[in-house]
Amino acid sequence: MKTLRALQERMSDALMQPLTPRDGLQKSTRTDFIAPNDRMSGFERLEIYARQYWFRVLDCLHDDYPALRALLGQRRFHALCREYLAQHPSSSWTLRNLGSRLPEFIKDRAARDVAMIEWAQTLAFDEAWLKPLAVADLARGDAATMRLGIQPCVILTQVSHGVDHFITALHKTEAEVRGAASQAITGSPKRRVTRRRPALHRERVHLAVHRQDNRLYFKRLHPKAFRLLTALREGRTLAEALTHSKASAAQIREWFSEFSQLGWLTKPSTPHPKS
Amino acid sequence: MNPSTLEIGLGLRVPHYRHILEKKPVCGWFEIISENFMVDGGRPLEVLDAILEQYTVVQHGVSMFLGNADPLDRDHLRKLKRLVKRTKTPWLSDHLCWGSVGGKCSHDLLPMPYTKGVAKHTARKIRQAQDFLEVPICVENVSSYAEFMQNEMTEWEFLSEVVEQADCGVLLDVNNIYVSSQNHGFDPREYLRKVPHHRVGQMHIAGHTRLEHVILDTHDHPVPDPVWSLYAEAVRLCGNVPTLLEWDDRIPSFDEVHAEALKARRFWNAGRKAPQSMREEALVA
Repeated sequence: MKTLRALQERMSDALMQPLTPRDGLQKSTRTDFIAPNDRMSGFERLEIYARQYWFRVLDCLHDDYPALRALLGQRRFHALCREYLAQHPSSSWTLRNLGSRLPEFIKDRAARDVAMIEWAQTLAFDEAWLKPLAVADLARGDAATMRLGIQPCVILTQVSHGVDHFITALHKTEAEVRGAASQAITGSPKRRVTRRRPALHRERVHLAVHRQDNRLYFKRLHPKAFRLLTALREGRTLAEALTHSKASAAQIREWFSEFSQLGWLTKPSTPHPKS
Repeated sequence: MNPSTLEIGLGLRVPHYRHILEKKPVCGWFEIISENFMVDGGRPLEVLDAILEQYTVVQHGVSMFLGNADPLDRDHLRKLKRLVKRTKTPWLSDHLCWGSVGGKCSHDLLPMPYTKGVAKHTARKIRQAQDFLEVPICVENVSSYAEFMQNEMTEWEFLSEVVEQADCGVLLDVNNIYVSSQNHGFDPREYLRKVPHHRVGQMHIAGHTRLEHVILDTHDHPVPDPVWSLYAEAVRLCGNVPTLLEWDDRIPSFDEVHAEALKARRFWNAGRKAPQSMREEALVA
């Protein structure tokens, strides 16, 4: 199927090259593999597909990164997306993953932080919720050998800006408060943004973006709690993770009680090679 | 569940979730876009499970890309099979198209070059997918806006060649036949006459958007009269086949979409089932 591959590569290259400023196909595009009809040239017919491709992928990022769009403004956001997509065309069968590399693509720190949290929301929205471990299960284990998993729909991330407050303020009218330390946001990553942009303050934030009852929440974590959870997720034993966190016994008791109540602790998803 | 009893269905779409779960309307069956539910958790799967308690669900995919030059995506197939086990779909459909090459995905249903060699290649991949998924597959004719210079045959000849070699079913999209006939200047009734009627396991109807030089398959309008007229002819030739209304953009209320879908019944022949088809094969399997 060399001929078929060559044809598909040619068409794919033509569709995925950047559109002109007027959203047209580049004039230099060779389209002699497309037959004209009595109304349209091969170029015009291929241009329909090129526009469909670009409008579809731009729409997808538009929906998945509303806070980034609010931060940058429509024009800068649009230019960023076009540049990103030109360098990182979709490599997955699902559009859900289209923006996965956008945070690392962005140079500006504040914008990158916002993109990181919005990507975390996309993951938290439909990653798995496994059967949580009961407190009794934890008490029975030997910390020296015991390994724990963290719910896949709990996404741990650290940023240099108060992105959680920024996003919550953007969606103030839709926000619901859940618990003293958590702030509820809408259940879907696809949501509207308000016109007036709230401030994005510089501050070190250790954050869990997580899902409970099909709603997404932000939960700020103590840096030591963040280290503890990250170490557990990396597959360290409970004893290693506790040492790594450098937390006090009282802190550890409080956090484990809270994590258990939230159902965040599970069995490790894959057995650790050392165990 | 008896697939031969399925009549008029609707696409399961997010704006209707609440209405369906709360009101539990009488509806023949729902078609889901498989890829929207090929995830590990969250609301999509919870809604799907609730729907499955009440309704028959048929899976319709948009990313198998059976016409790709590349081999089938094993990751996609594994996730698809996991969903098949969850839904117990009586058959599964995807498009007779390509969409990605060399690891770059267009997320579009791109037209095939209509040649003998490509038909053979595509049929082989459909058989591979069918063997792996262990469920009958129906392939859907896509709407298209371009044709390749290297085409050796008509679209309906290509479709027939593929499904006969693959021994699979056809999801006959009547709107797509109409859209493509207008864009390429062929007779849609000749298309209908020439497809293998006994392989038609499902039909799609939908609305479209007419621009100056081209018709786009937008699924954002009621079904227009020329498509109903073609549908009547399709039912005459293929029998009463499970039919689904696609309405994917500017989606009105559930009741409005449902009422539009039920208009299809006007064209059904009393007591006339489809000839031996994918649906019966699914029933036997």
